[in-house]
Amino acid sequence: MKIVLNKDRMLIEREQDVILFRNRVKEYAVKIGMSLVNQTKLITAASELVRNMLKYANGGMVLIEVLSQGRDSGIRLVFTDKGPGIKDIALAMKDGYSTGKSLGIGLPGTKRLVNEFDIKSTVGEGTTVSIIKWKNG
Amino acid sequence: MDRIPILRMGRLLLVTIQIDLYDRLATNLETDLVQMVNKTEAKGVLIDISALSIVDSFMGRILGNIGSMSKIMDAETVVVGMQPAVAITLIELGLELKGVHTALNVEKGMELLKEKIGNYDEDLTEDDEDSTE
Repeated sequence: MKIVLNKDRMLIEREQDVILFRNRVKEYAVKIGMSLVNQTKLITAASELVRNMLKYANGGMVLIEVLSQGRDSGIRLVFTDKGPGIKDIALAMKDGYSTGKSLGIGLPGTKRLVNEFDIKSTVGEGTTVSIIKWKNG
Repeated sequence: MDRIPILRMGRLLLVTIQIDLYDRLATNLETDLVQMVNKTEAKGVLIDISALSIVDSFMGRILGNIGSMSKIMDAETVVVGMQPAVAITLIELGLELKGVHTALNVEKGMELLKEKIGNYDEDLTEDDEDSTE
């Protein structure tokens, strides 16, 4: 069972917020004693998702949670935006696919960097992406 | 406006990125560097990213772009000092940093550049002699 130990919220509105947000995530990751490699993976994944949020939805809200499950602890990030939504999630999760002018590795790449990845989207309403990185995962 | 300084050393341009770049800063660096390559007729560009704790797909694309743009302008690019955790993350993310050379540290990067562009010191003195004659 996953127990939420700590909750924090951050509003993302400008590209400068990306750096502040990454630093905040790093603080939490350091606090639970996550290894440097896992920290780097988590922050990179967070950076990709927050950038997507800014690019496609002009920003949104991120929930940062410290989780505990048995002996392991971890961090969950939930990205919520009110953007246009994603029509075909399966396609968006494919390597090399992008509607923007990017490399198209954002979503599938991000999924590889974390332990749990969940995406929900409704066209016209917005997108919610949730990721978990365990300390020893 | 914030800018990343570009140092000129003979026919090389040196850039040390010491802070996490937000997007505008990174795209500025890209255009500044290409313009500097043109202005100074540089043959090599060395970018030190040892202080970067994160390289995401955006930053990776900027580095790749700098490499390809410089290549068209007849200059080689070497990225040096990548942290091991960053390298692990980049490959898992699916970024291979095509188009740029990499080296472990500044010293090895300089050696690699010198190898790639020939002995630029000699070329430089020859040019100087030509101009004084």
